[in-house]
Amino acid sequence: MKAVFLRDLRLAFRAGGGVGLGLAFFLIVCTLVPFGVGAGGDILSRIAPGIMWVGALLACLLSLDRIFALDGEDGSLDLLATAPLPLEGVVLAKAAAHWVTTGLPLVVAAPLFGLLLHLPTPALPWLLTSLALGTPALSMLGAFGAALTVGVRRGGLLLSALVLPLYIPTLIFGAETVRLGAAGQDPATPLALLAGITLAVVAAIPFAAAAALRVNLR
Amino acid sequence: MSLWEYANPVKFMRLSGAVLPWLSAAAAVALVAGLGWGFATPPDYRQGATVKIMFVHVPAAMMAINAWMMMLVASLIWIVRRHHVSALAARAAAPVGAVMTVIALVTGAIWGQPMWGSWWEWDPRLTSFLVLFLFYVGYIALWSAVEDPDSAADLTSVLCLVGSVFALLSRYAALFWNQGLHQGASLSVRAGERMAPVYKQPLYLCMLAFFLLFLALVLARTRTEIRRRRTAALIAREARP
Repeated sequence: MKAVFLRDLRLAFRAGGGVGLGLAFFLIVCTLVPFGVGAGGDILSRIAPGIMWVGALLACLLSLDRIFALDGEDGSLDLLATAPLPLEGVVLAKAAAHWVTTGLPLVVAAPLFGLLLHLPTPALPWLLTSLALGTPALSMLGAFGAALTVGVRRGGLLLSALVLPLYIPTLIFGAETVRLGAAGQDPATPLALLAGITLAVVAAIPFAAAAALRVNLR
Repeated sequence: MSLWEYANPVKFMRLSGAVLPWLSAAAAVALVAGLGWGFATPPDYRQGATVKIMFVHVPAAMMAINAWMMMLVASLIWIVRRHHVSALAARAAAPVGAVMTVIALVTGAIWGQPMWGSWWEWDPRLTSFLVLFLFYVGYIALWSAVEDPDSAADLTSVLCLVGSVFALLSRYAALFWNQGLHQGASLSVRAGERMAPVYKQPLYLCMLAFFLLFLALVLARTRTEIRRRRTAALIAREARP
């Protein structure tokens, strides 16, 4: 499992465009929004939590097809399936590698981009916490979508159509946490619900994703 | 003699072929009678004539959810017992359910414009119906994208199971996210009925009519799918030297 995880990390770092691209996309979203809605500070700081979350979600979505599609094309997925490690473990390792290369950089960079969008300072710790708790669920659900569409040629658009509805609860609770934090209220409830979703997803989705992979490798 | 016998496509075709004309006729009669009766009801003292859109809106919304439930059950049967008719029925129900969702959303918008002063509100009920529609779209798209029919049935079944959980989750998340404008249920087993009989009776008839309509459409579509499968098998046999 560790080997699969490290292999995916190495591929992402050495093949280029893996880690940086998601961040660059996030930056572009954070740059485009002020052009779209105007640079007035109060509007921006009001919508900043939502923009940050939607941006993180889209950046996550961009790199999903990397999880299984390339391995599916060159046949290494078949080798992974015949390896002693159960497919559930492969899914978990690959989703973890995806999170480290996509979700984690977003969490680290979020304060900087928050500055760009005039995110209110009290909301900042909540943004970091909610992103850190929520992005693993995004990677995991993305792995499920990628597993469903691994056999489909040009599955990118289909992948987005399948995965985005699954992201809705995570997005709602994540953005709600930051919004309550920005308003100076106690965001513990949405944060706990967000963490609950992530835990449930990490526990249950590997089985669904592995089932989908088995069908696709048949 | 059990229900599982109808997992055999030949038996299913025989039974559904015999039942379908009667079912369609019953659906047509109930639909005409229910909607006609609903149209003849007096205007509501507060909502005026717009109350009559309820006779389309409520049954369509009900069937939109029930269709997904039926797909969930059919997917489970396919996963557990590998009956092809079950998978095909789930596939056949999806577009019908999607159309029901659209009908519920559109009639709701037409009603909401004069009543709430807005075509669309980000109300939990409306939002969860929109999300349900997105799930229908994803489900249908996955069916049409995967070429091998058995793989497609497997993958969509898994998607249906996961999607059901998330559709429910989105419903509660949306409730948490925004307080609603949509009124609560007027017909409820637990809270009793809060509707005048003059509206209730045609509404029940309309619900029955939409249920029959759904059943007839799904049966017809399942028959078409089975025939399409048979044609494909015949063509494949011809192509073999």
